[in-house]
Amino acid sequence: MGRAAFWQGYRDCAPFLVVVVPFAMLFGAVARDAGLDLLQVMAMSVLVIAGASQFTALTLLQDQAPVFVALMAALAVNLRMALYSAALVPHVGHAGLGARALMSYLMVDQAFAVAVKTYEERPQMTPGEKVAYYFGVMMLICPVWYGCTLLGALVGRAIPPELSLDFAAPICFIALTAPLLRSLPHVVAALAAVLAAIGFHGFPAGLGLISAALVGIVAGAQAELWLGRRARGRA
Amino acid sequence: MISDAAFWTLTVLLGLGTFLIRFSFLGLLGGRPLPGWLLLHLKYVGVAVLPALVTPMVLWPAATGGETDPARLVAALAALVAGLRLSVVAALIGGMGALYLWHFLFPTL
Repeated sequence: MGRAAFWQGYRDCAPFLVVVVPFAMLFGAVARDAGLDLLQVMAMSVLVIAGASQFTALTLLQDQAPVFVALMAALAVNLRMALYSAALVPHVGHAGLGARALMSYLMVDQAFAVAVKTYEERPQMTPGEKVAYYFGVMMLICPVWYGCTLLGALVGRAIPPELSLDFAAPICFIALTAPLLRSLPHVVAALAAVLAAIGFHGFPAGLGLISAALVGIVAGAQAELWLGRRARGRA
Repeated sequence: MISDAAFWTLTVLLGLGTFLIRFSFLGLLGGRPLPGWLLLHLKYVGVAVLPALVTPMVLWPAATGGETDPARLVAALAALVAGLRLSVVAALIGGMGALYLWHFLFPTL
């Protein structure tokens, strides 16, 4: 049972290699350009394993920002993962402490979005299958993230800027969002988050993101409650 | 040039802090049952966080110095439509494909 779920997760995440590969290579190349040696580049990708915050930290260090400022900005970018952590509790919270720690280390946007979509589509999955599925997803993404960071660091400047590899990240997030828009409250949540993100544009990096996300979450929940009340009113 | 001390301090603390953020609820709450109102809101985490993350990246891309770029707007829209109508693979290929096509057709924009 667990084995089938593991390989299902492995397969379901495969399409995202199309963007994880170039994005990891881009990080490797940009980090080498910024003057980091191979060990430093790899240490960052292995210890942090969160691309957007790695770019944020690197850019700020390059601009000679104080370490504390770079750290706070990068952590703010990752604050969204506290929401992922909470949302995973009902699905995989039963797992042992070690497994939960490993799942936390591996918690990236792709793993979260792909896993939660599958959990909601297949409520008959057992708790054990959900854990196996999650690890299957990351067993593909994680080694590729390390390996392609290394490749990017070695190839370095051979990656032409015309390839606009920076845009692989937003394209990936859009591809992750589209299948989640499966009911009216989900669409309301997404639209509210987009509008709030535009409204909060002036906020410091991660704070605008987390505020806009909270607006979207509340909007989605309220939309669901409202639709429920209306359906009951008709019945 | 980034100093070694600055780099390692930042990387170790960022790694540790990021892990603690990820571990927070999953680590502390574990298998405890959550109240209904919280479960209701948690359903919308993914569908709210990802658009909030992507919106500034699309509207004010760092690669153009924050200038809104028509090629990237078109690419994002193509990815969204392909993702809604077709599949994840279509969204990924359609998005990057639209970006390259635009650059090829309008090299000056």
